[in-house]
Amino acid sequence: MAEKMELKEVEVWDGNYAASQALRQAQVDVVSAYPITPSTPIVENYGAYVANGYVDGEFVMVESEHAAMSGCVGAAAAGGRVATATSSQGFALMVEVLYQASGMRLPIVMTVVNRALASPLNVRGDHSDMYLGRDSGWVQIDAFNAQEAYDLTLCAFKIGEDMRVRLPVMVHQDGFLTSHTAQNIHVLQDDEAYKFVGDYKTHDEMLDFTKPVTYGAQTEEDWHFEHKAKQHKALIESREVIEEVFAEFKKLTGREYKRVESYMMDDAEVAIVALGTTVETARVAAAELREEGIKAGVVAPRCFRPFPFDDIRDALENTKAIAVLDRSAPMGAMGALFNEVSAALYTTPNRPLVTNFIYGLGGRDFSVEEAKRIFKEQKAHADAGYITTPIQQFSGVRGPKLGFFETKRGN
Amino acid sequence: MSRGVLATEKRGIRELGAEEFVGWDEVTHGVVLPSFEGELKENVSHIRPEERDYSDFNSYTATVASWRVIKPVYNRDICIDCQNCWVWCPDTSIISRDKQMIGIDYDHCKGCGVCVEVCPTNPKSLLMFAEAEETDAALAKWPEKKKKEKK
Repeated sequence: MAEKMELKEVEVWDGNYAASQALRQAQVDVVSAYPITPSTPIVENYGAYVANGYVDGEFVMVESEHAAMSGCVGAAAAGGRVATATSSQGFALMVEVLYQASGMRLPIVMTVVNRALASPLNVRGDHSDMYLGRDSGWVQIDAFNAQEAYDLTLCAFKIGEDMRVRLPVMVHQDGFLTSHTAQNIHVLQDDEAYKFVGDYKTHDEMLDFTKPVTYGAQTEEDWHFEHKAKQHKALIESREVIEEVFAEFKKLTGREYKRVESYMMDDAEVAIVALGTTVETARVAAAELREEGIKAGVVAPRCFRPFPFDDIRDALENTKAIAVLDRSAPMGAMGALFNEVSAALYTTPNRPLVTNFIYGLGGRDFSVEEAKRIFKEQKAHADAGYITTPIQQFSGVRGPKLGFFETKRGN
Repeated sequence: MSRGVLATEKRGIRELGAEEFVGWDEVTHGVVLPSFEGELKENVSHIRPEERDYSDFNSYTATVASWRVIKPVYNRDICIDCQNCWVWCPDTSIISRDKQMIGIDYDHCKGCGVCVEVCPTNPKSLLMFAEAEETDAALAKWPEKKKKEKK
């Protein structure tokens, strides 16, 4: 039996430590990992918990992130509770195996500390790696601070392992801004946390010798499509389970999570849609602008996947102008979040004006002042009744103003 | 030795790709395929292949005989039961029991010829023939023992 760790009601943890504690409390059987900045401490701490007897698990050090996720796939198919962590280049190297994990319906939990993708090489936080995973078939949940990183990592096991879901889950947090910022964290004691997560339930485990199975079969044009369709349906329908788990978590802790987090949206005229730590920056800006009489609000997809097409539409349909912020270089297109939010809003009668901001790449700071400026620009669009700027703009980049595409709806 | 070892009830009973198509709602979860029908009562390695209840997902029940253009023919009169072919066959298509060579699983043999290559007898106990060649005709053409060349 693993040793219990005595925790205070409120601990001072950074996002990495919070995530590693959640992995320990879930008593993960196998962590197969190749540590990378800024998520290194998550697996480093898990290794220490194993060495010091706080987890009855295995820490498998491998030779690359491709091998790390492969190890996770093997251990999960064998029938264990499995987790790992990665960032950026490591995430990119894992991509092939991410698709294998979801296709085989293995409920692996991965804590992803978001970081930019080279080139140029950069260790700071942006959402390039998170976006790289968006078609991989994983549930992707986004934490905006260290408390949420802890809470949502616990929830991730319960969501992925639910028999109605059985899909892998990523819990994202922003590199450095969340992962290395120590905050007060309200924690659950080991027994409470484990009780919430529950014992691991196996499904088609390879170590059941009474029912030998094949994992990773090949299917060509006659079968592949049906399997992918079934997998997509499972991911879309995980929405219900996610809500159930969030509700149960609220009952236990009082902390409430939703698939889409809305702030001051009841009567909002202008809104910012963002992910990660930027959500908190935008909330501060919205609160300050309310005092100036601007009806600002903030909407944040807590679930990046399954994309909350339904709830995002409900949250935003009565606004007039919306700025969707993408912290990932879109490279030849509009930002991905902009595209998805716009598509959802296109099916509403009101069809608010939507613009796109590319910001914060490679950890470039995003200030409350800049958020306020963006809100005010939305107010100008709302008052004019059309988009008065290029539809896509770069926020916070040095040099001449950079923007693309004009609206066809205006004057 | 039972003839059932050579041609069992379930071996090679279906052509690959000829299975019944079902919709997305009926395919298996995670493309996980069971090897056997139901639950095994004992360790499967203790059950002989011809006695295992293979599922339709198992390669055992499929035939790939049509992939082959040349086939190995086995000559019992020469074989010394060294098991070399059984060890080397990449498709477990050499059927052997109690260390005695019995024959070839023509449902799964691809005609690669490795068994012939590794056969140590003189003449060889396995030789490749055209797929259409009858076994008796093939055996009738078997070469004589080669004499050692004098040094």
